[in-house]
Amino acid sequence: MLLPLLQACRHDTIVWPPEEENTGNGRTDVIRGFYLLNEGNMGSNKCTMDYYDYASGTYVRNIYGNANPSAVKELGDVGNDLQIYGSRLWAVVNCSNKVEVMEASTARRIGQVDLANCRYICFHEGYAYVSSYAGPVQINPDYEQRGIVVKVDTATLEKVDTCIVGFQPDCLAVLDGKIYVANSGGYMSPNYENTLSVIDLASFTEERRIPVAVNLHHVVADRHGQLWVSSRGDYYGNPNSLYCISDPAGEAHVQRVAAPDGRDLVVKNMTLCGDSLYIIGKDFSYVTMDTQVNYAIVHTSRREVVTTNFIADGTEASIMEPYGLAVHPVSREVLIGDARSYINPGTLFCYSVDGVQQWKLRTGDIPAHMAFLWK
Amino acid sequence: MNRSNLFAVFFLLCLVFPVYTFAGAGDLSGLPPASRDSVSDMKEVTVYGRHRDEIVPSQRLGGKRLQSLSAFSVADAMRYFSGVQLKDYGGVGGLKTIDIRSMGTNHMGVFYDGIQLGNAQNGLVDLGRFSLDNVEEIALYNGQKAQIFQPARDYGTSGSVYIRTRRPVFEDGRTHNLRASLKGGSFDLINPSLVWEQRWSRRVTSSLSADYTGASGKYKFRYRRVLPSGDVAWDTTAVRDNGDIRSYRVEASVFGNTNDGTWNAKAYFYDSERGIPGAIVSNVWKHAQRQWDRNFFAQGQWTKHVSDRYRFQVNGKYANDWMRYLNPDTTLMYQDNRFRQHELYLSTAHHVELLPGWQVNVATDYQYNTLDASLTNFVYPRRHTLLTALASQYEYKRFRVMVSLLGTYVWDKTTKGNTPDPVHKLTGRWTPAIYLSYRPLHDCPDLSLRAFYKGIFRLPTFNDLYYTEVGNTRLEPETTKQWNLGFIYAHDRYSGLLRHIEVKADGYFNIVDNKIVAIPKGSGQYRWMMMNVGKVHIAGLETTAESVLRWHRDWALTLCLNYTYQSATDRTDPSDNDPYYGTYGGQIAYVPRHSGSVTGNLVWRNFGLNYSFIYVGERYHTSANIRENYEQPWYTHDLSATCRMALRRCALTFALECNNVFDQQYDVILNYPMPGRNWKGVLKVEF
Repeated sequence: MLLPLLQACRHDTIVWPPEEENTGNGRTDVIRGFYLLNEGNMGSNKCTMDYYDYASGTYVRNIYGNANPSAVKELGDVGNDLQIYGSRLWAVVNCSNKVEVMEASTARRIGQVDLANCRYICFHEGYAYVSSYAGPVQINPDYEQRGIVVKVDTATLEKVDTCIVGFQPDCLAVLDGKIYVANSGGYMSPNYENTLSVIDLASFTEERRIPVAVNLHHVVADRHGQLWVSSRGDYYGNPNSLYCISDPAGEAHVQRVAAPDGRDLVVKNMTLCGDSLYIIGKDFSYVTMDTQVNYAIVHTSRREVVTTNFIADGTEASIMEPYGLAVHPVSREVLIGDARSYINPGTLFCYSVDGVQQWKLRTGDIPAHMAFLWK
Repeated sequence: MNRSNLFAVFFLLCLVFPVYTFAGAGDLSGLPPASRDSVSDMKEVTVYGRHRDEIVPSQRLGGKRLQSLSAFSVADAMRYFSGVQLKDYGGVGGLKTIDIRSMGTNHMGVFYDGIQLGNAQNGLVDLGRFSLDNVEEIALYNGQKAQIFQPARDYGTSGSVYIRTRRPVFEDGRTHNLRASLKGGSFDLINPSLVWEQRWSRRVTSSLSADYTGASGKYKFRYRRVLPSGDVAWDTTAVRDNGDIRSYRVEASVFGNTNDGTWNAKAYFYDSERGIPGAIVSNVWKHAQRQWDRNFFAQGQWTKHVSDRYRFQVNGKYANDWMRYLNPDTTLMYQDNRFRQHELYLSTAHHVELLPGWQVNVATDYQYNTLDASLTNFVYPRRHTLLTALASQYEYKRFRVMVSLLGTYVWDKTTKGNTPDPVHKLTGRWTPAIYLSYRPLHDCPDLSLRAFYKGIFRLPTFNDLYYTEVGNTRLEPETTKQWNLGFIYAHDRYSGLLRHIEVKADGYFNIVDNKIVAIPKGSGQYRWMMMNVGKVHIAGLETTAESVLRWHRDWALTLCLNYTYQSATDRTDPSDNDPYYGTYGGQIAYVPRHSGSVTGNLVWRNFGLNYSFIYVGERYHTSANIRENYEQPWYTHDLSATCRMALRRCALTFALECNNVFDQQYDVILNYPMPGRNWKGVLKVEF
C-alpha cells in the first residue's frame, strides 16, 4: 500500500552507474579498446562516454560519471571531438565551451581548457590545436566574427597562442609543418566560406587560403602528402562533396572525387586507414527529392572510389542515420555509429573487413566520435 | 467580383465594424432598459450548479476561487485543471504553454473574450503573459465550447481555453469603480495595476485596465547528485540569470446592450522585453538571448436577437504582432531577427430554433494571416482561411445531442525571391464532432452521462512550412481523433453542513496522427526538417471531486481534488521496439502517468486561508523510457492568507502568499530549473 506512495515521491538522483553489455566477441588484440563520445542533443547536457574492451568484448556505457563522480553537471553539452594524445584523452565539448582532458587509461579528469564554441582538435609535437568559432568580433558595418585556432600546451593545459582563420572553422589536419583548417562559414548562410586556411606551425600565423568548395567540414592528411577535404554543400544547388588536394603547400591542385557514376559522395563522416579513406553518409536532396546513402571506400593514391557500399550483408538498411565512424587500424573492422532520431539512444555497429556485421550495441544519444586506446 | 475585390470588402467591413459599435454607444442612452443587463450577465459566472447537464466536459475556475489560488498568470491557474500539462521554462518571464490530454500545444485554441488568439508563426500562445488581474473566469473545454451559437473557429480545435475578462458590475446605483493593486515579492517582482470601470448610461459601460510587470527573475536553484552509497557526489547552488522581464499591458473595453442584443468592443496592447534564461548545462550558467514582443489587437462582437427563433452574431478582429529575437552572445551565431504578423478575422453566426428543442447554427469565418521576417531567403507567406460550421442541437426529455460539421479551406501564397509563387491550396476538408448527454435517472437531475467523438486537425504553422531551411512545404495537417465517455454528479443544498458536492469522471482515448516532428536532415544535429511522421495513442482518465461546506454562520470550506491518469504512447515506428530502450510504445516526452492537485480554501468572516498542492508524477523527456531520460516527480505546496476590510468607502484586501513552501528544487523541462520557495505580497484597494 505504501510502496506506490514512496515511489511517487522524489528521491536523490544518483550519478549514473556504468552499464555493461557483452558482445561475446572477446579476443586478444593489439589495441586495448576504444572510447566513444556521444554528442547528446543540444541543451540536454547528455554528452556521455562509453568504452569498449577488446579482450573481454565488454561494452560499458556512461563511464564518465563513475570515473569522475564529483564533476558538476558531468561531461557537458554536445561533445564534438575525441582524441587520445600520449597518455591523455581529450574531449571537445562544444556547447559547454570546454575541452575536457582525462587520463587515457581511466578517463579520470585532469583538467579542462575553457574555450568558447570549440569544435575540433589535432595534435603536433606536444601541442594541441583546437578550432573555435568564437574569434574576435568586428562590426563594420555588418557583424562579422572570424574563427580561431588555439594552441594549447598538452602538459600544462595553458593556451599559449591564437591564430585567426576564416569564418566558423571545423576540422583541422597537420601536414609537413602546416595546419590546414576547414572553414565552414556555417553562421553566414547563404554566404558560406569556401577555403582552407593554411597556418604555418613555426610562426603560428595564417599564411594563405586555398579555395576548395562551399561550407567545408572534414580535412584528413594521407601518407602521400595529399589532403582530403569534404564540403557540406549549401543545401540548395551545391551538393555534399569530396575533394583531394595534392601539393597543398605548393600549387595546391584541387580535384573533385566522385563515385564512378558521377554522383558526388555524401560525406557525413570520413576516416583514413592506410590507403583507404572510409566515407559514410546519408542525405535527403531537395533537388532529386530522394535520399542518397553511401558507405564508400576511396583509394587515396589512385584517387578513385573503390566501392560505394562496403557493407556486404545487406544490413545497411537497418542503419537509420550513419553518423560516427572509426576503422580499427589493424583488423580494419569498421565501427559505425547510428544517431537514429538524434534524441534517443543510438546504435553502434561493428563490420568485419569483409563488410559482414559482427555485433551491434546500444550507445548514448548520437554516437559520434571514437578514439582507440593502444596497449 | 474577383478575389482581390472580395478581400477589399472584407477588409472594409472589419474597419467599419468597430466604428459602428462605438457610434452606437452614444445613441442608446435614452432607450428603455435592456432585457439583459450587466448584473444578469454576472450571474452566469456563478460556478456551481450550472454544469450538471453540460454536454461538453469542461472545467472552470472563476470568481473567488480563482482569486484565492496563488497564481500570477493564466498559466499558473491552468495547473489546477486535470488533464493539463504545463510546459514551464521557469520564472516570471519564462515561456509557459499548455497541452491538454497530451495532444500537443498546437492543438489548443486560446480564446480571449470570445475570439481566438492566433499565432500563425508557431502556433504557440504563451499563457504566462496573461495576468490574472483582470480575468474573471478561465474555462477549459475538451473539444469545443458547450454552446452551439458561436463562430466557426470555435469548432476548430482539439481543446479550447476561454479566458474571460471582468465585465463591469455596479452596486447600488454607483457609476464607477476603481481598483488599484500592487503586488511584489521574490524575483524582485513589482506589479502595479489599475482598473477603472465606468457606467456611462443604463446601456453602456466601459472598463480600462493597465498594468506593469517588472522582475529581475533572479532566483537560487540547486542541482545535486549522490553516489550509490548515499554520499553527496556534487551539490551546487547558483542564481538563475537572464530571466528578467519588463512588460506593460493596456486594455480598454466597451460593453453595451440594445433592446434586442448586446455588443462589445475591445482594444489590447502589450509590450515587453525579456531575457531568455536558457538551459543550464555543464560550464554554462548564464545566457544572453533576449526577446521583445509588441502585440496589439482590436476586436468586437455584436449579437442581435431578431426574433424568438432567430439571432445572429458578428465578430471581427485585427491583430498586429511584432517580435524581435536577439542573440548578442559573441561566442555563438549572432542573430537579430524581427518578425511581424497581421491577422484579420471576420465571422458571422446565425442561430435558428427550428422546433422547440431543436436548434441549428450556421457560421462562416474568414481569416487572413501574414508573416514577414528579417531572415535570408524568407518566403513571406500569406494565408487565407475560410471556415464554415454547421451545428445542430436537439433536446428530447433527458437526452441531448449536439452535432457539428466544420469545413476548413486554406490557401497559402508565398514569394520566391521577389517573384510570387502561385497561390496553392493547403487543405480543404470537413471534420465532424458529436456530443451526447443523458440523464439516466428520472427523479435525479443531478446525474448525467456524456460521450463525445471529435475529429479535427491543426494546420502546419508558418514556421513548420516556410522557416528558412527548416520548413517543409509538403506538410500535411496533423490530425486528432478523440473519444470520451464520462459522467457528472452535482448536488446543491441550501442548508446543512454540506452545501455542494460534485464528482466528475471522464475516460478518453485519443489518436494523434501525421504529427509534425522535427527530424534531423542528415547533416548533423544542427539542421532539422519538419516531417509528418509522428503518431501517438493516448488513453486517459480524469476525475474531479469538489465540495463546499458551511457551518456556524461565518465559516466556509471549499475542497477540490483532481486526479489524472494518462498513458500517452509513441506509435511512430513499430520497428523501434527494443523492450528496454525502444521508443515504440514508450510514454511520450514530459507526460506523467499520474498527476493531480488538491486545493482547499477556508473562510472565516473576512479572513481566508488557501492551500494548494500540485503533483506531477515521474516522466521521461523522450519516448525512450530509460534511466537517462528519467525526470523525477515534482510537487509543490502553496499557501496564502487574505484579509479584507472596509475603510469608509474603500475595500482593502491584503494577501500574503508563500509558494513552494518546502523549497522543492525541480525541473519541469530538462535543465530549466524552477524557483524554490518564493513570496508574494498583494495590496488591493477598491473604491
